[in-house]
Amino acid sequence: MVSQLTTSERQYALVTLLLLGLGGLAMAAMGRGDPIAVHGYIVLLFAIGLSFVVMAGYYAPEPDKERLSRYYDDPTRVGIVLSIAWAVVGMFVGVWVAALLAWPDLTFDQAWASFGRLRPVHTSGVIFGFGGNALIATSFHVLQRTTRARLPGQFAPWFVLLGYNLFCVVAASGYLIGVTQSKEYAEPEWYADIWLVVVWVTYFLIYLRTLARRKEPHIYVANWYYMAFILVVAMLHIVNNIAVPISWGSAKSYSVYSGVQDAMVQWWYGHNAVAFFLTAGFLGMMYYYMPKRAGRPIFSYRLSIISFWGITFFYMWAGSHHLHYTALPQWVQTLGMTFSVMLLVPSWASAGNALATLNGAWHKVRDDATLRFMMVAAVFYGLSTFEGSFMAIRPVNSLSHYTDWTVGHVHAGALGWVAMITFGSIYALVPWMWKREAMYSPKLIEVHFWLALSGTIVYVFAMWNSGIIQGLMWRTYNESGSLTYSFIDSLVAMHPYYIARAFGGLLFLLGAIVAAYNVWMTIRQSKLEAAQGKEDADIPLFARDAVQAGE
Amino acid sequence: MKEFFHRKIERNAIGFVVAIVAVASIGGFMEIAPLFTIQETVEEVPDMRTYTPLELAGRNIYIREGCYACHSQMIRTLRDEVERYGPYSLAVESKYDHPMLWGSKRTGPDLARLGEKYSDAWHVAHLINPRDVVPESVMPKYGWLMRNELKIDDLGEHIAAQQTVGVPYTQEMVENAVQDARGQATPDTDAAAGVAQRYGDATHVRAFDGDPSRLTEMDALVAYLQILGKLTDKAYQQAATAEVQ
Repeated sequence: MVSQLTTSERQYALVTLLLLGLGGLAMAAMGRGDPIAVHGYIVLLFAIGLSFVVMAGYYAPEPDKERLSRYYDDPTRVGIVLSIAWAVVGMFVGVWVAALLAWPDLTFDQAWASFGRLRPVHTSGVIFGFGGNALIATSFHVLQRTTRARLPGQFAPWFVLLGYNLFCVVAASGYLIGVTQSKEYAEPEWYADIWLVVVWVTYFLIYLRTLARRKEPHIYVANWYYMAFILVVAMLHIVNNIAVPISWGSAKSYSVYSGVQDAMVQWWYGHNAVAFFLTAGFLGMMYYYMPKRAGRPIFSYRLSIISFWGITFFYMWAGSHHLHYTALPQWVQTLGMTFSVMLLVPSWASAGNALATLNGAWHKVRDDATLRFMMVAAVFYGLSTFEGSFMAIRPVNSLSHYTDWTVGHVHAGALGWVAMITFGSIYALVPWMWKREAMYSPKLIEVHFWLALSGTIVYVFAMWNSGIIQGLMWRTYNESGSLTYSFIDSLVAMHPYYIARAFGGLLFLLGAIVAAYNVWMTIRQSKLEAAQGKEDADIPLFARDAVQAGE
Repeated sequence: MKEFFHRKIERNAIGFVVAIVAVASIGGFMEIAPLFTIQETVEEVPDMRTYTPLELAGRNIYIREGCYACHSQMIRTLRDEVERYGPYSLAVESKYDHPMLWGSKRTGPDLARLGEKYSDAWHVAHLINPRDVVPESVMPKYGWLMRNELKIDDLGEHIAAQQTVGVPYTQEMVENAVQDARGQATPDTDAAAGVAQRYGDATHVRAFDGDPSRLTEMDALVAYLQILGKLTDKAYQQAATAEVQ
């Protein structure tokens, strides 16, 4: 892969890695005795490791000029592999933390293995590791195809992809050693946050520069979503993470916001991370891969305009529905509820647009598990956005909030929508990227599909049951007018559902492992064939015939 | 037919970017900006006190261990919650919480009014093995809190950073942070007297983990848990007034 870089790009890479390594060294030196030093060493090792990779290919001949007439897909290929690796890790930790709630002594008296430290490893691992890598990989692919332009340079895409993964590694390792800001889905500390801003700005510039080179007059709808994803996530990330570190040599910082203002900023961030990371970006994926795979154009252009601007505008008001009946002023709660209900319109417009696109291709949905992944994703998108609007209504929220119902809702979206559309897109993309007719095994895609679907259903039903039972037990009064159940009664009632949930998660994890194997074998086949092709090419023509004749 | 207006926006990348940022900014701005300027957002309470250095260190352990993932600190304005946990939470009670720990999930009970509900010894036993005191509990064991010495040498920097983000600590509090942390967990010493002088006589000064000779992470966490809901009486006063009426 280094051989595809020009000499000056190889030099850029080495200089960047040198600076990064020095940064890591500085963190390690300034933060002696503090967890930030551990991260310094991780950054240093990361820089050294990649330097070896670059140096090993440094003296390879320059790539030919002809590459400029083709798309640049190496970062997409690596991104797909990283995404799947994070999926397996993140989902494995998910099953582990689910098991901890049923069998709490699985921690072996180790601090890093307790629920509170492992849970963000799961959430960041699947959202940022699996989801984020899939978004970066597919966005580079979609961007080039829909603009008919090659990425502007070859260094910047690598910087974004690998820099982003460094962020993920620092985040996940930090939770294990107790480095966290405690802001949900924004747990990484100040230095990781600053690094992510640098990576993200580069990502945005790649997007703008490629769009500037486009040979299509119009920007395709998938790119609207990818752009909204990049821009708004930057806004959210920067505003929510403003903090004062206690010193340059310490991982610890204090948020500039406190109390009620902090709660509002945090859930403005939290809910819109769902909107623009887990929805907009993946809608971009859907708007490209689903019509491609189905061989049908998007059902309605106007519907996609309505849903795009509806989502971009309405979602940003909805965060306060996480704070119903709290110390947040009621007018903000009411606004949040109102916009959450209105959000159903653009959400269902998207889901409907996707399903209507499949009209005329339903026989393919029946036969092709890849397309079926995408179809089910659209259905779950419709279901979980309905559920979300419903749960945002204040009286409903009084029952559902703080319970497992919320967890079930998140997973209906995360497993049913985000993961399914990602796996569908990956199954469509991998054969294109590695120049194969199809995936190694269509049967295994089928197996994965049913594992994923049954896992999701078991998970969501378990959490609906436990969440609603919990909510009702907490508010049940007996005839004398006092509370019937103690808190611990409600916890005991959860036990069977926690086991069922862990089982559902396990099914989903098994599916991801099947996917990893399938992708791995597809790549291997492609490599084997390429090697064989070369061997054949090395045999002189007359000898090739001779070999055949001798058989 | 006139060209559909959106076709024009789609041809201009920069215009599209500006449009997304503009449309996406409105909601957050309208909801968040007023919270900083409207006076009624947070109640005025003169007796609201700040965390002591030891309690702040305990709070940081609470954050480090991810306790907020299973415990909320926000009692909603619902009858059953008030009866189960105590008076509903007021905005002022987390005024000095950078960041807030309201939480979003109750795998375990709410902790907003946990302070003084149980004894120090109960907390220590519960944290070492929750199932020793609550057999059905699914909380992890936190035995290492008792084994780990508390890191206090940088507490002055912590308090100074808190000052920077707007918590009203005095310069004297910054300078005495390390000593105050030690003093709060070793009663009947000069250092202990300083804590009461700086943070008020109502401050808990005792060997929270039961061993005055060592300052452990357990001391800090229990000190923090015992102050939850006790930084001001406002919520209780309000509840009492409501009852009289």
